[in-house]
Amino acid sequence: MRLLRSLIKPVVAYAFLAGSISLLAEGGVVNPYWVQILELACIVAISAQGLNIIYGHTGLFSLGHAAFYGIGAYTAAYLMKTYGGQSQAAFFAALLAGGGAAAAVACLIGLPTLRLTSDYLGIATLGFGIIMKVVFDSADRFLPELGGARGMTGIAKMTTVPWVVFFLLASLLVVRNLIHSSYGRAILSIREDEIAAETMGIDTFQYKMVGFVAGCTFAGVAGGLYAHLYAFLHPSNFDFFKSIDILVIVVLGGLGNMSGTLVASFGWIFLLEGLRVVLPPGYVEFRWVLIPVLLIVTMLLRPQGIFGAREFPFLRGKVYR
Amino acid sequence: MEYFLQQVINGLQIGFVYALIALGYTMVYGIVRLINFAHGDVFMIGAFIGLYAVERYQWPLTAVFVSAVVGCTILAVLIEQLAYRPLRHAPKIASLITAIGVSLFLEYFTSLRQVFGPHFYSFPRPFPVVRWNWHGILVTNIQAVIFFVTVFCLLLLQFIVFRTKMGRAMRAVSFDYVTAGLMGVNVNVVISFTFGLGAALAGVGGVLYGIAYPQVNTFMGFMPGLKAFTAAVLGGIGNIPGAVLGALIMGQSETMVSAYVSSAYRDGIAFVILILVLLWKPTGILGTPRTEKV
Repeated sequence: MRLLRSLIKPVVAYAFLAGSISLLAEGGVVNPYWVQILELACIVAISAQGLNIIYGHTGLFSLGHAAFYGIGAYTAAYLMKTYGGQSQAAFFAALLAGGGAAAAVACLIGLPTLRLTSDYLGIATLGFGIIMKVVFDSADRFLPELGGARGMTGIAKMTTVPWVVFFLLASLLVVRNLIHSSYGRAILSIREDEIAAETMGIDTFQYKMVGFVAGCTFAGVAGGLYAHLYAFLHPSNFDFFKSIDILVIVVLGGLGNMSGTLVASFGWIFLLEGLRVVLPPGYVEFRWVLIPVLLIVTMLLRPQGIFGAREFPFLRGKVYR
Repeated sequence: MEYFLQQVINGLQIGFVYALIALGYTMVYGIVRLINFAHGDVFMIGAFIGLYAVERYQWPLTAVFVSAVVGCTILAVLIEQLAYRPLRHAPKIASLITAIGVSLFLEYFTSLRQVFGPHFYSFPRPFPVVRWNWHGILVTNIQAVIFFVTVFCLLLLQFIVFRTKMGRAMRAVSFDYVTAGLMGVNVNVVISFTFGLGAALAGVGGVLYGIAYPQVNTFMGFMPGLKAFTAAVLGGIGNIPGAVLGALIMGQSETMVSAYVSSAYRDGIAFVILILVLLWKPTGILGTPRTEKV
């Protein structure tokens, strides 16, 4: 009964969001291009929540988030292409498999590297990201379907508004409940002071693994959704700049701030696309001149992130409610 | 055997260029604990200044190097004062994101048609190329120039860091910048000087890179920058001989993999080595282990 009651609010929110956006899209109020951007923003938000667990909550500096995003994307796309066809159930399974693959790789990478501290962990994960880019680039040598540097085609367009909204809400629920559980408190204590946490009897390595693997799973699921949104994958979609994109979102939103990450994901994606529309033709290449300037100015004015420490009511823990 | 030695020479060529970039990363990190992502782009600006000096103005080689050094130094000091200094007491990640912002800005601003343009530009050879054949191993005068210029820069750097008053101040600030400030060291000047010194080396590196691999582009600084930084971490960040050692390892491994395995894995191998080394020595080959204070 309690479980059912706790599910009412998310289900209502889901029905409202997915229904209204779908209606607006079907009715032609919002054109398909912007619907696709909205879907992309939701996907990026899922991936960013993942990095927020890793860096914002656990305090593990990761510069290789896009690699896990890519692992999820390629796994899901490969499974769907070879076994799935057009079935919705298979799509769901493929997304979970993408998340699972990202989690498995995160375990393997985390075991040795999570013993490193701060910047060294950042460089090790950055290195892992570059290695994975090289792997994606030459993936057609061992699995021709993956396309390698030419890109992967023939992926079904399965990602729709209901799917992305479902996974976005699910990810928010999981992050919120994780952070406000005893696991979450252990994870936050590691970020605040690892030595003190260890002194209090917390198995820091185990909880770092929990945070890292959970965050990478989010990236994997988001990657699967991304693969079936544009129906085309290219290794350059998962390079160092994509990791930086997500990191920028998490930092702009405020480290460890779920609401901030959510808002910053939408803001960032719509800023990128909006500038394309706003700038006069012939000046579109000024987009990437303006964005870094905005980024630098924001950092100079608000180094703690746009949201600081405030959270939306539905993302607060019970104690504060 | 000849093939192998030839590859060693090629590896040294790229390794020396990486070393010049890596020194800037390692010195800046040693002093302000910041991964200065914009450093690779300062290197790119150095290459472009070299391009203009050689192609448009046909300056002599010395003047080309001097102009690149001066241009890069001014740029780096400006970046430090405008973007990094206001954030020195903010969380470290804010400076890092700002560094990434500066890096993106430099890349995309200079790739505008109104500035350098988005294409690849060929870098003219400032002197005729001479090849020496020594028992089947080819050595060019380009490699000789790279070798002598780099060694000269390293000796000069060693002199500045260990034999001058500014060098002593740099070492003091890197050791403990609060205490150094209390002892009367002007920390701001020292930090600006370090950024400038690193950028000067990157400028020399940019010109040498342009001469050796005669094609420049405004995004060319990214990969060499990343690899040079990795080299600095590999050798033990904050450690000057470590940066050179790391860069040489980087150059060799990359060249050997291209020569014997496949050039597709060239960018990956350096990072495989990095991860393996970090697992064995978490602070790099020549780095000193950090003691944790409770």
